[in-house]
Amino acid sequence: MSLKAFHIVFIIFSTLLAIGTSAWCVWVDLVEGAPIYLAGAIASFATAVALIIYGIWFYKKMKRLRIIT
Amino acid sequence: MEIPYTISTRPDTGLWNAKIGIWLFLASEVMLFGALFSAYIFLRIDAAPGTWPHGLLNVPVGTGNTAILIVSSVTVVLAWAALKMRRYRVYWWYMLATISCGVIFLTVKLAYEWPQKFEHFGAYIKPDALGKYEKYLGNERRAEKGMEPRIEITGHLHSQNAKEYEVALDPVNADPDNPVMDRPHFLPLPVTDKIATIEKEDVERATMFLPTHSAYFASYFTITGLHGLHVLGGVLVFIYMWLPVSKRLYQRNPEHLANRVEVSGLFWHFVDLIWIFVFPLFYLL
Repeated sequence: MSLKAFHIVFIIFSTLLAIGTSAWCVWVDLVEGAPIYLAGAIASFATAVALIIYGIWFYKKMKRLRIIT
Repeated sequence: MEIPYTISTRPDTGLWNAKIGIWLFLASEVMLFGALFSAYIFLRIDAAPGTWPHGLLNVPVGTGNTAILIVSSVTVVLAWAALKMRRYRVYWWYMLATISCGVIFLTVKLAYEWPQKFEHFGAYIKPDALGKYEKYLGNERRAEKGMEPRIEITGHLHSQNAKEYEVALDPVNADPDNPVMDRPHFLPLPVTDKIATIEKEDVERATMFLPTHSAYFASYFTITGLHGLHVLGGVLVFIYMWLPVSKRLYQRNPEHLANRVEVSGLFWHFVDLIWIFVFPLFYLL
């Protein structure tokens, strides 16, 4: 597996972590009712979206540059 | 003597030497960390209800460190792509960013997170003396609610003599009957001014938050320590590839340097991927 492919795998796992963290923040917010966790949930979800956009951009860029090893 | 297959691929494997070498090494690393993660999970499953420490780590700091490692993975892959495009200057800057992320991660871990634990103190009270410390444990109310009893008093060790510990209490022991304290707190609550005197003859076991404190901290320090050593190793390799000595290799054979960056980048991604599992396991769940 090349670095390019492993990087995409890593971004997928990071995205899943961001989504999981967002869900965890929502859960803690429901239990504790602290607004800071809601902010954490929004930030984590935004990170997940950013990672997805980055992953697509990276894949297209690598394909365009033909950096495949 | 010229070492073969550092740039071109071997006809039988279709890979160059370092690529196959790094994947064999990463396979052994999977076994190492897999064993440690398995041990942690089984220890946790086997722990008596209510005794496994929870919410003792600083989640915002851990989240920040996770973000730093994700950014470093992006910068290392962009450094490699820059080398592939023969843009050494861009590679140099991305590599510097990667090294900086690794150094920040280690600094936060070693200068903030770990020392914060080292100065925290916990005393496990003997079962027959729990009643004596009811005002710090709040077990009567917990029993009424069907909850497991508290058996530990935590805080900062104020002083001690041959007979007693004096502890500046954590909020959970300063106000044990507050229902808010029944839940773990993932944003750090500061130690209170309330001082408790605990007689040593009532204590089953007392220790700072070190690996000796519990199976939780033993696992935490082992896994994050081993992970930190891997981060340090990666940073040292990146520093070597960032120094002028690597520019000479680039001028002689840029593809050779790109291959070196690729295998070290694979190692770095693996180290970051380990953290992607460490963070939820220790900080959140």
